[in-house]
Amino acid sequence: MVSQNKKKIVIEATLDNLGKVNDFVEDFLKEKECSPKVRMQLEVVVEEIFTNIANYAYGDDVGQVTIEGSLEDDAAKFRLKFMDHGVPYNPLKQPEPDITTGADERTVGGLGIFLVKKSVDDISYQHEDGQNILTIVKVI
Amino acid sequence: MEIKKELNGNKLKISLEGRLDAVSAGDLDKVIQNDLNGIDELTFDFAALDFVASAGLRVLLVAQKRMNKQGTMKILHVNEEVMDVLEMTGFSNFLDIVD
Repeated sequence: MVSQNKKKIVIEATLDNLGKVNDFVEDFLKEKECSPKVRMQLEVVVEEIFTNIANYAYGDDVGQVTIEGSLEDDAAKFRLKFMDHGVPYNPLKQPEPDITTGADERTVGGLGIFLVKKSVDDISYQHEDGQNILTIVKVI
Repeated sequence: MEIKKELNGNKLKISLEGRLDAVSAGDLDKVIQNDLNGIDELTFDFAALDFVASAGLRVLLVAQKRMNKQGTMKILHVNEEVMDVLEMTGFSNFLDIVD
């Protein structure tokens, strides 16, 4: 598969940097005519995955996250990879939340990764060389 | 995100503008924790809300649980993209969403 336009950023995994990650992704999409729905879905993906890393990967320490984006298949697909050296954690193993219950029975545990799964065309997790690597693919 | 509050007797209207994300959800959480005493009618206006994800949903859930005990809660003017998230997560089943 030919990758075009591969770019990456390395930043501290803190909530304050969420805007920078959104800008990084927006940069890939600015020349594409993405629907508002696709944009929103990618924002959800970035928010949930980055926030998760910022809140949990390094405990009380601050660590770094590398985010690599690439447009593939004549820019029909966007691949986004999140890599961190934090606690090994496979979010795909989270149990699916029950989304049929009323407010009083609800908890929001697992909703974030559930939203991510619903918003992408493919998602995979690997743990390699001490790194969590979460990769999503979105048809744009 | 901008949070605008209008109090009218026991009715509170909260208008949100911008992104209800992991960064701003804490601000709304404070309003929910501090400003709902004695409120029996809570209305959210989402006309200018562009974005919500799980951190924002958590706060909406806290508000709904609280209002189930003390009154009613409804949400006005939800845009299509925000509605998608509410539907995907089944929140649209228990939230009172008014056009």
